[in-house]
Amino acid sequence: MLKSWKTIQPYALVTPQTLVLVLFLVLPILMILLVSFWQFDGIQMIPGFTLDNYKSVFTSDVTLRTYLNTFKYVFLVWFFCLAIAFPVSYFLAFFVEDQKWQIILFLVCTVPFWTSNIIRMISWVPVLGKEGLVNSFLTGLGLIDQPIEWLLFSDFAIVLGMVHLYNFFMIAPIFNSLMRIDRSLITAARDMGASGFQILKEIILPLAAPGIAIGSIFVVTLVMGEFVTVRMMGGGQAASIGKMIQTQIGSLQYPLAAANAVILLLVTLLLVMAILRVVDIRKEL
Amino acid sequence: MLQKRSLTYYLLAAFFGLFVLFLYGPMLAIFTLSFQGEEGTLTFPMKGFSFYWLGQVFQEQRVGNFTDAFWRSLALGLTVTLLSVIVTVMSALAFRQRFKGSATLFYLTIASLIVPSVLVSLGIGIVFQVLDLETNWFTSGLGAHLTWTVPFAFLIMLGIFNRFNPSYEEASRDLGANDTKTFWEIVFPLILPALIGIGLLGFTLSYDEFTRTSLVSGQKNTLPLEIFGMTTNVTSPALYALGTLTTLFSFAMIVLAIAAYNYTARRQSQ
Repeated sequence: MLKSWKTIQPYALVTPQTLVLVLFLVLPILMILLVSFWQFDGIQMIPGFTLDNYKSVFTSDVTLRTYLNTFKYVFLVWFFCLAIAFPVSYFLAFFVEDQKWQIILFLVCTVPFWTSNIIRMISWVPVLGKEGLVNSFLTGLGLIDQPIEWLLFSDFAIVLGMVHLYNFFMIAPIFNSLMRIDRSLITAARDMGASGFQILKEIILPLAAPGIAIGSIFVVTLVMGEFVTVRMMGGGQAASIGKMIQTQIGSLQYPLAAANAVILLLVTLLLVMAILRVVDIRKEL
Repeated sequence: MLQKRSLTYYLLAAFFGLFVLFLYGPMLAIFTLSFQGEEGTLTFPMKGFSFYWLGQVFQEQRVGNFTDAFWRSLALGLTVTLLSVIVTVMSALAFRQRFKGSATLFYLTIASLIVPSVLVSLGIGIVFQVLDLETNWFTSGLGAHLTWTVPFAFLIMLGIFNRFNPSYEEASRDLGANDTKTFWEIVFPLILPALIGIGLLGFTLSYDEFTRTSLVSGQKNTLPLEIFGMTTNVTSPALYALGTLTTLFSFAMIVLAIAAYNYTARRQSQ
């Protein structure tokens, strides 16, 4: 009796979490898959089996253009997040010596993540708007006569907004891998005459790779499904897969939205698998 | 550690400074503009200094109602927090040993974090549609929030139990206490401050969540959805004032969370 309870116990303990995930993650995704084969009569969805939704996704050239545009955002946001996160984490991990300060400065980098994304996006308006800080500063210096229009409601603003929102997901895992690097490795390398750059390239970068991979997975998957930033910072014109799906839901075309969502999920999974092929992250988990 | 106070140090420090400015600059801009004079607009310069717009937030608005949305978000956040903490304490207790399927559940939890948010929202929307249920912030919205807060809480919880010294429990068991008693009298009091910390972080995640809720909140909006709706309508600094107030509220939660976490860490190292 006692022995059998011991074996059941872990299963009993994980039941609530499994239920939450099955009900609100697995089941919804299975339903998306199912509904993507259903029909739509202009008012509601009708159970059945048709490949029409997928056909219309694959035959429309809007789909391809939207994907290319989404990939553009994914690449740019990933690149800038990495370009910011690595130097920042490198500085925190190796140049800030006092551990207390290390923690405080790391928290400074991460606190905005726990506040509202919507407010953080709104806060760019007085900075980048036509009469915003950047434009009045540049006009004041006499560098430009006309305010720059593309600072807000443009692809530039979308990428800037996403880098602002998502750099946390790159900084946290990279900082974590850098902090795990055995400091004696670096001392040894320096004793053997390695330059700072060599240490960075031969020791730190390879050991930071799993952190970079985890951060990249987060950033890539977040941007792939993005529609809020695209909507708020892009001003109507900009297109992304997430926004396309959201528009289709708005007009109640659930089967078509579902087909798009299935393809989005597959593409996202392929990207994640590609990252995992390059870097082995198991040690980090 | 590396060549101290070298050129690299100063370059990296300057880069770090710019990054912090990038992170907080825009936020400071709207904080400042919240105190815009009554005649002021959405942009600089400041036309005087007043608390007029902060006061406006609490007035009945033409285009929306913050107060009701705030109470909804508060109620939802507290429910989500409580559920996330209970669910993840249980699973983290189980994860201290290997069991069949533990890897699957672990990866499923991570998947919940990285699956594109629009899929969660669409999927839950479709499930409710097919079952002919009405979407509501406290049903479908609650589920959508849990897919976001549970993985975070779970990962932090694993970290806490990793550092938990099992000898306390062994001692308790040796003295004849059963598992339930051991948990409530030994483990729970020791991890309580950390639980409060995790709870507060989960709360801010839920309180500020937008994407996953956006398609499944039903008729009544949570606060972030209400604010999103106002961005197109409200053209006065009241929008910034609201942003300032809700951000300060989040900050307060974060500070409390960090304090609670530190308190646990100190107690465990004693």
